Formats: sequence, structure tokens, C-alpha cells
Amino acid sequence: MYQLIFILILLVVTYFIGTYLEKKHYTSIVERERKFNQLPAIAIKTPPSEGNFQQQLVLGSVTISVDYFKRFLAALHNFFGGRVTSYETLLDRARREALLRMKESAAEQNATLVLNIKYETASIYKGSGKSVGSVEVLAYGTAMIPEP
Amino acid sequence: MLISNLEILPNKTIIKHLGLVQGSSVRAKHVGRDIMASLKNLFGGELVGYTELLQESREEAMQRLEQQAEAIGANAIINVRFSTSSIAQGAAEIYVYGTAVILE
Repeated sequence: MYQLIFILILLVVTYFIGTYLEKKHYTSIVERERKFNQLPAIAIKTPPSEGNFQQQLVLGSVTISVDYFKRFLAALHNFFGGRVTSYETLLDRARREALLRMKESAAEQNATLVLNIKYETASIYKGSGKSVGSVEVLAYGTAMIPEP
Repeated sequence: MLISNLEILPNKTIIKHLGLVQGSSVRAKHVGRDIMASLKNLFGGELVGYTELLQESREEAMQRLEQQAEAIGANAIINVRFSTSSIAQGAAEIYVYGTAVILE
């Protein structure tokens, strides 16, 4: 009985804190995305034919996990089937954050363009008994730095 | 050493292809990080310890990639790809590979 109450309290607490943290993260993502709008990151392989460029490999990576409530929700979804929205937002946040970090490191080196963006996703804790939903996303590309 | 994930380099000519070079690194986190991560797992959010761990691991893999390319006399690595796989709970393998070339 006490165990059940404990789990219920945990669910309620993690729901509020998790939702708050996610909203905060999304606001920060949107704000920084606006800031880095001038720096295009594209998935094209061929470099521009005009202009002198120096190139540099840039990386951005992040590891994010979902909260306890969303994991519980995902387990329910797993039973009934259908869209698992709680994991969709997790991956969306992770990808956008990784791309932003990559752009940050490209902007530090005064790049004007990032070419050939690739994403790499790995789930940490895969195969363990307790299903812990955390993913690592890496975004990488070649930053083109104009030479004077 | 020029490292790029493009296949065509602007204003540069490739004289010779030297074949595939690779670098890998397997790392596990220590227990302290594990406890912190499981706490963070309750509320969600970024697991900073893991992000750092994987970054360090990636740097090490890239160092090995460069060493291998230097050993065979290349001055650039093109078409670099990353790959991550979790082989056991809490341990991840980072693998980097690319084509070693000699540029003019």
C-alpha cells in the first residue's frame, strides 16, 4: 500500500518538474535557433564553387533523458500501441540541441556555412532491465570558414 | 591534418588515396556519475556527465584516427563518419572512420 502511494507521489512530482524543465528547454532552444538563423546548416555535399574557404569538422552532442512520468506514460503506450509522444519530444529536443551546439562551435570559428550535416543517435542503457529512456545525439558537419 | 566529412574539397587536388583509417574508443563512467544520472533520470533533462564522457571518448577516437593517418603518410582525412554503439549498460563504443589522402 505504502509503495503504491510512494509511486503515485513520485509520478505527480516528476510530472510537474519534468514538464517545467521541458518547457524551459524548449524556450531556450527556440531563442537560440533564432540567434543562429544567419548560419545555415545544410545537408549538401558539394562545396560552393566560388570563394576561398578553410574547412573544419565541427561536432555537437547532447545526452537527454525523459522524466519518470513520461516513462510511465510510454510504458502504457507500449501496451495499447500508437504514437508515443513523450519520446517524440525527447528526440526532437535532443536533435535540435545537438545541432545548436554544433552551430555554436562553428560560429566561434567565424564560419558562414556548415555543409553535409549528419546525425547519429544512440540509446544509452540499451538492453538493461530497467528501461531508462535516455538518448545521445551527435550532429556533425564541415564548417566553411571564409579566407580573406 | 585536415579532417573533413566532405568528399570533394574546394581548391584542392587529391594526389593519392591511401585507404580507410579508423579510430575507436570504449569508455564506461564511474559509479558517482551513475548515481547522479539515475537521479537526473527521475526528473528528465540533460545528463551532463554522459555528454562529457562521450565527448572525451570521441576526442580520443579522433586522436587515434589522426595517428593512424599520420603513420601512413597522409596529410588529410576526408569523408569522416562517426558511429556510436552501446555494447553494455553504461559503456559506449565510439568509432570514427574516414579515407586518408595526400593533398597537393
